[in-house]
Amino acid sequence: MRLLTLAWRNLWRNKNRTFITVSLIFLGVILTSLMGAMQEGSYASMVKNVVNFYSGYIQIHQEEYWEDKNINNSFVRDAKLEEKLSNIKQIKQVIPRLESFALASSGNNTKGAMIMGINPVKENNLTSIGNKITQGSYLKPEDDGVLIGYELANKLQLNTGDTLVLLGQGYHGVTAAGKYPVRGLFKQSNPNLNRRLIYLDISKAQDLYSAENMLTSLVLMVDDNKKMKEVLPILKENIKSPYSVMSWEEMFPIILQQIESDRSSALVMKGILYIVIMFGIFGTVMMMVSERKKEFGVMMAVGMQKYKLAVVVFIEMIWMGILGVLAGFVGSMPVVAYFYHNPIPLTGKGAEWMADLGFEPFMFFAWEPSVFVNQVIAILVITVFISIFPFIRILGLTEMKALKG
Amino acid sequence: MAIIKIKNLEKTYNKKQIPVHAINGIDLTFQEGEFTALVAPSGAGKTTFLNLLGGLDAPTGGSIEIGGKRMDHLSSAERTRFRLEHIGFVFQAYNLIPVLSAAENIEFIMELQGVPKKERSARSKELLEAVGIADKANIRPGQLSGGQQQRVAVARALASKPKFILADEPTANLDSKSTENLLDIMQKLNEKENITFIFATHDARVVKKARRVITLEDGKVISDEVKK
Repeated sequence: MRLLTLAWRNLWRNKNRTFITVSLIFLGVILTSLMGAMQEGSYASMVKNVVNFYSGYIQIHQEEYWEDKNINNSFVRDAKLEEKLSNIKQIKQVIPRLESFALASSGNNTKGAMIMGINPVKENNLTSIGNKITQGSYLKPEDDGVLIGYELANKLQLNTGDTLVLLGQGYHGVTAAGKYPVRGLFKQSNPNLNRRLIYLDISKAQDLYSAENMLTSLVLMVDDNKKMKEVLPILKENIKSPYSVMSWEEMFPIILQQIESDRSSALVMKGILYIVIMFGIFGTVMMMVSERKKEFGVMMAVGMQKYKLAVVVFIEMIWMGILGVLAGFVGSMPVVAYFYHNPIPLTGKGAEWMADLGFEPFMFFAWEPSVFVNQVIAILVITVFISIFPFIRILGLTEMKALKG
Repeated sequence: MAIIKIKNLEKTYNKKQIPVHAINGIDLTFQEGEFTALVAPSGAGKTTFLNLLGGLDAPTGGSIEIGGKRMDHLSSAERTRFRLEHIGFVFQAYNLIPVLSAAENIEFIMELQGVPKKERSARSKELLEAVGIADKANIRPGQLSGGQQQRVAVARALASKPKFILADEPTANLDSKSTENLLDIMQKLNEKENITFIFATHDARVVKKARRVITLEDGKVISDEVKK
């Protein structure tokens, strides 16, 4: 007990030094937590952009569809398959889609557009598109109207109630043409979708493309990536040709690669930060050992074994580490929480670049325990690592050397 | 009964490859209950002698036997343990642990020995009473005067119930009144509890109180006088 108390009291002998060391650790935790939260937040936003606004976690297609996104690579809707999928506990919802392309035209204006035939109720559960209507109203089941991205609507000079003409190629080369009233305009957080996407009821899309009872994909919604990882092997095992099961990671490998490569470069940055913190703590520890050399000598002279002395100094370091880490933990939580609820908006070229890539122009922060816990562990490990230095120094001391100071 | 036997003790330092004989063939014996002053001018080897006697430094020649045990045959950890059990130290600069109170400084030594808490508290109280500062038990060294700190240091040195106490210039930083008080306390403890005291000093007041005075010069004993 006395060793712990002794170490604790020793901390407060030189309050300035303790304050500097604890501050360094505190800053280290705050900076690395912020960095980690920003990193994970941006990854989560990237994934959310893809998963929640478009792809879902898993999709089932006709096996050639993903390589050749053609209406001819659609498949016949199978109620039994959908029922089977709905019975898997991890799968929250099975959402049918028929996707293709068409020329969207109004008056003299024509633009290429992505047409997505949806079940309005189920699709809304996935993408909450009903909440993103800026003008007009959301589609009702069996609705014969369309929803159109607000930027595309601007280009086509369309408003709600106007008529949109779609012209394209249907199933097996049949001409696809139709006139649809605009029910509403939407604004997704992904600007790409605002410029290109048109929603219509799935039955109307099947009529347009002469693809009766055909689908291009079944979107499977699960709670999170963890659940996806649980269910994916089961699906792959049970659903075979002519279908293929793909996770969002397989559909958009570039996002995963981007995240991985960004993680690696962030690790280098964090590594540099850790080294700076490490040398800061190391400096104060070196000073502490030098200043107290004579005292160590006295303690050895009166009968304290060197290893016990080394343990006291080790505990002092750990106390400092714990104090700094706790302070950093408590200090970083409100900061991260604030930015989690108030992401930093990007402006200028950076914002444009993000929008061009199809991402929301914000710097997002993650609110995950791992963000804090990982930094706390890393900084504690650094502190323990540094503590080895005084430990070795003390074990190497002789009474005479120490008493001379 | 002889508790310390020193035979042909030598300590040679090499300063820039020139050998300096700090202790140069000392033969001495200390009996239990002695109150001895080791007198020498600065640099004559008294602190070196005390360090060798306390096992803080290793001799380059000769031997020290304490209570039948050869110090030079002990490992570093064994010497530390030996000091804890058998030797008390009083330093010129008190050298108390600044973050512990007077009582805690005394108890600390006993805790290292593994003495139970109850016993530690009782003994520290008893020792503080013996050195006349029982009322300062909960005060930290920084708030005590030099004389009071040195009394705590004496009490600490006695905490482990040592065979003997080595005091290196214990009065050097004290005023005459504090010196007088401290010497009286140590003398009483010596007489009452038969504790052996060996002082390295050049303070005439200490020499006056000592019953045996050993004079060193150039690392050798030049006189060894027992007062009657």
